[in-house]
This record gives sequence, structure tokens and C-alpha cells, in this order.
Amino acid sequence: MAEQVLKERESGVGDQADTGVVARPRVDILETDQEVLLLADMPGVRPADVDVRFENGELTIHGRRTPSHLGKKRFQWEYEPTHYHRAFRLTEDVAADKIQAELKNGVLTVRLPKAEAAKPRKIAVKGE
Amino acid sequence: MFMNPKVFNNLWREMDGFRQEVDRLIGRQVLSGHGAAPALNVWEDENAFYVEADLPGVAANNLEVTVKEGNRLTISGERKASEPANSVWHRQERFAGAFTRELTLPTPVDADKVEAKFEHGVLKLTLPKSESARPRRIAVQGQ
Repeated sequence: MAEQVLKERESGVGDQADTGVVARPRVDILETDQEVLLLADMPGVRPADVDVRFENGELTIHGRRTPSHLGKKRFQWEYEPTHYHRAFRLTEDVAADKIQAELKNGVLTVRLPKAEAAKPRKIAVKGE
Repeated sequence: MFMNPKVFNNLWREMDGFRQEVDRLIGRQVLSGHGAAPALNVWEDENAFYVEADLPGVAANNLEVTVKEGNRLTISGERKASEPANSVWHRQERFAGAFTRELTLPTPVDADKVEAKFEHGVLKLTLPKSESARPRRIAVQGQ
């Protein structure tokens, strides 16, 4: 049951990336009977600046973050991502046209419903 | 040779920043596995410090910001884990649980006038420097 449904694809940065620091967002991946669920931390990204693609069995998430306080003097600096990017290959059959994505409070949630064929089925056993 | 106090001060700040980063990484990945402290960026200008902390998925009402002793800022809160029923984990990289982060600012701030906003999973604080810490232009009187 717990085999990898979403295999991470080692990749360079997508073509949207210009200059700036690209970070791999931290993700949670869960699976239920009905769907595969991916949660990704993308703090600072507005819903309009996130791009979720599903092509040829591959899910790509990309978010762009606008730096704040440009020109102000830096006092302490620990992070500076301007892009979040990660790609996964799906080994499970999903219904591509029913994928839903939502960005709330800096967390991207992608719901990938399983294709009918991939859902577990209880087979009724007939007696005589 | 004399020591330029400004350079020394910057270096010290840098080292302190590095140490905190190491603490944060160790705290996050090796020791606790939960309770990770958020990363902080801090800017300043003549009037204020501006602090931003990445807290994706934290509800604003689970956040607490305090200023003690004039310049000690504490950000604490909790991120609740969201786990649908009957689910199997494939990957778990996002932390859940309580966290605390403390930062000592180099000058006192006006604790009554601190502003906090929470936007797209980022806590944004504006901490006005207290009157005594602001640069002041002194008029020089001629005779």
C-alpha cells in the first residue's frame, strides 16, 4: 500500500525561473482510497503566482515570491527564496481532469483523485 | 591599527546569525523533529525594524508575538497537523507542533506600537525603534 505513488523527478528549474533563489518546498504526500494528496509549504506566494501542471504523468508545482523591503538595510538574513519548484512523477492512475489545487495561508494543497480503475474495489462473492 | 567598531559589529551580527541558523537547522532536523523554529529575515531603517517569519499553514490565532525588556522579540505558536482519515503517508517533510523563536534586537523598540500582519503564511512585524534609539540630527548653532 505504501509504495511510492509520487516519485520525485530530479530536475532543473522550470522555464519560468529567472534569476533568484529557487527552493524545494517541503511537502507532505498522503494517499487515501479516493485520492492522492500533496501539501507544499510556499510561504509568501500569492494564489495568482502559483503554477500547477500535470503533463504526461508528471506533476510540477511552481510558485513565485515577491521579495519585500527591497532597498532596506538587511540586519539578519536566513532565507531568500524567490521561487519554489518541485516535480513528481505519478505512478498511480489519476483523473487528470479532476485535479484540484488551492493555495491558502502559504500552503499549496493539490488533490489528485484516483482514476476509477485505480480505486480499490470490493468484489462481492456470490454463494450458491 | 585601530578597530573600526562598525565593522566589528557587523561581523559579530553575522556570526550570531550563522550560529542561530545552525541551531535552527539542528533543532529542526536532528534533535527534535518537531517544534521547528521559523526562519527570520530582519531589515531596518532609521525608524523601525521589519521582521518576517515564514509560518505557512499556521492559523493567525495560534500565533503569539511578545516584546520583553525593550528589545527581546519572541514569536511562538503551533501548527496543527492535518491528516485525513484512513490515509497512508508517503512523505512527511512539513513539521507540525509548537515552535518558539527569540530574537534580540540591537536597540529597544516601542512595544506599544508594534504592528503584526499575517499574509500568505508570512508573519510581518513592524517594530518602531524607541525614541531614544533613533538617529537625531543636532542643529549646530553658530555665533
